Amino acid sequence: MKIKSLDELRKIREEHSNQVRLREYGEMAGDKIEILIGMATCGISSGARETLNAFVNALSSEDIDNIKVVPVGCIGYCHSEPTVQVNIPGQKPVLYGNVKENKVRDIIEKHIKGGKPIENLILHVDFERA
Amino acid sequence: MASTRTNIMVCCGTGCLASESEKVLKNLEVIAKARGYAEEVQIIKTGCFGFCEQGPIVKVEPDNVFYVRVSPKDAKDIIDEHIIKGRKVERLLYMEPNENERIKKQEDMPFYKKQLRVALKNCGLINPEDVYEYIALGGYEALGKAITKMTRDQVIDTVKRSGLRGRGGGGFPTGLKWEITKKQESDVKFMICNADEGDPGAFMDRSILEGDPHSVLEAMAIGAYAIGADKGIIYIRAEYPLAIARLNTALKQARELGLLGKNIFGTDFSFDINLKYGAGAFVCGEETALINSCEGKRGEPNFKPPYPAEEGYWGHPTCVNNVETFANIPSIIMKGADWFAAMGTERSKGTKVFALAGKINNVGLVEVPMGITLREIIFDIGGGIPKGKKFKAVQTGGPSGGVITEEGLDTPIDYDSLIERGSMMGSGGMIVMDEDDNMVNIAKFYLEFTMDEACGRCGPGRIGTKRLFEMLHKISSGKATMADLDALKQLAYMVKDSSLCGLCQTAPNPVISTMKHFWDEYVALVKDEDHPQGEGRYVPKNKIGMKS
Repeated sequence: MKIKSLDELRKIREEHSNQVRLREYGEMAGDKIEILIGMATCGISSGARETLNAFVNALSSEDIDNIKVVPVGCIGYCHSEPTVQVNIPGQKPVLYGNVKENKVRDIIEKHIKGGKPIENLILHVDFERA
Repeated sequence: MASTRTNIMVCCGTGCLASESEKVLKNLEVIAKARGYAEEVQIIKTGCFGFCEQGPIVKVEPDNVFYVRVSPKDAKDIIDEHIIKGRKVERLLYMEPNENERIKKQEDMPFYKKQLRVALKNCGLINPEDVYEYIALGGYEALGKAITKMTRDQVIDTVKRSGLRGRGGGGFPTGLKWEITKKQESDVKFMICNADEGDPGAFMDRSILEGDPHSVLEAMAIGAYAIGADKGIIYIRAEYPLAIARLNTALKQARELGLLGKNIFGTDFSFDINLKYGAGAFVCGEETALINSCEGKRGEPNFKPPYPAEEGYWGHPTCVNNVETFANIPSIIMKGADWFAAMGTERSKGTKVFALAGKINNVGLVEVPMGITLREIIFDIGGGIPKGKKFKAVQTGGPSGGVITEEGLDTPIDYDSLIERGSMMGSGGMIVMDEDDNMVNIAKFYLEFTMDEACGRCGPGRIGTKRLFEMLHKISSGKATMADLDALKQLAYMVKDSSLCGLCQTAPNPVISTMKHFWDEYVALVKDEDHPQGEGRYVPKNKIGMKS
């Protein structure tokens, strides 16, 4: 197919932007919201992989770019896996437990967009975390 | 389609390929598939990250984790530990030589902290063999903007105001060159890309062509539009097989999408590019010699004027620009002249790519804003001298440049300040020497190179470089007298002043600058003193014309 105008080029750019999105935003400097997902053996067996993919798909379908979804290791709350930690720059990190696939949308809507952590999912930890 | 959650980028530049990065890539793909993660993880082959010393490089996004010296058998741990379980593979993280902590993020590495990437912006980020990745990051928009929304004069004016100067070494203002070529009245004009990178220890252009070939094609088309050319040539050395292969792939893809060829973006502008292979002669980087070589003649320079802009390829007006110069163009068109002119120094704008080599910890490719000091490049980015040795000098500008010593380390780098110091910017090779290097040997090494590469067209170049080399050989063999040192100096200036083209006009620079800064080392060899800084005698590999 030949590109005949700048608009056609931009359309192709749109179509392929998903392919490079992770890299483009991973490279960018500055503060980003991070969603850390516990992906140790205990996490995976409780469905962390599905949770992780649900986050990635939900964010990309809504074109939210400034959030990094990062798999991390076990933090010792195997009873409440999958665990998800949301780091918003300038705020205290929030740790959620038992985040199955179906809770993902709630977290995005209420916490990340709405700014209000979902109280009944929070795991209260008694030590300081960065 | 489900979105991928992780990108794994594997460097497939020449350096990393030589240490088996292709196998790393294969293994990552096979293992990711075997574990059932092929859908979630995208594995990408990219161009050079620049940190060649630590290759093969593997980078994981969006985590921004940077793995170094990854061997094919490490692929298993990267997938099983990092991708599946989220645990970084500690032993593959970069460790700063003087510290004990491993650094996981690229942005925290001293090697990258002071860099500013314009020409190399896509190197190590995109797959150079996929035009869609280039487009997805804004590629070819500059071309579209230039030919559909800007007049030819506006394009030239933008490049002129940006202050971009030729990155091949001469430092001639690019916009001015375009303007001169545009003003010539002729139906046929040519745009040539000079990819005949021949200095020992330089690999800037190679890495750009291997890592981001489309940026050069796009810029050539923009330049061709501005000057009114419809044909382009990339003159590339045949010793760069990977760059040639990737250029050919890029050309094919660009033609398929109509980004090269007839009526680009539906306008009446048509442009296409051919490759010409050089046989690796240093002199063919000189633009008139390059044009002769393109025409199938001997690679020998012509007397200028007439300049190629007036009478170039087959007598038609021709504009010759270097690879790195082109790589800056798309960003200048998109972001504007003021953005570019805001970087750098008064008379040298933008950034410059340097290839760090020699006695330095972080051998590799770096891009820095003009005006940075040599000290910052060598000690902060380059990580200093290995084994705790002392810095002695740095040769910039390859065999055409000169040495800069300790006292010159704090000069801000630009075209003019380097010339004031008796060296030059050159194309960007930077070779670092430590206390063990004997400077007469260094001068001899470079003279051997220019003697071999001198084309033979003019007397001073053909005979002069040879005599200079013989004198240096005599000195380093301990058979010379003080009179020989005087003769050497005199001949060096004679060759400099009377040669036909830039190659031999600059060939004596290593002799002149080492004599200036390290006279004692020359004298020591003449007087047969035990010099504290000798590492034995340099044995040239080429024995032609040497007495015994």
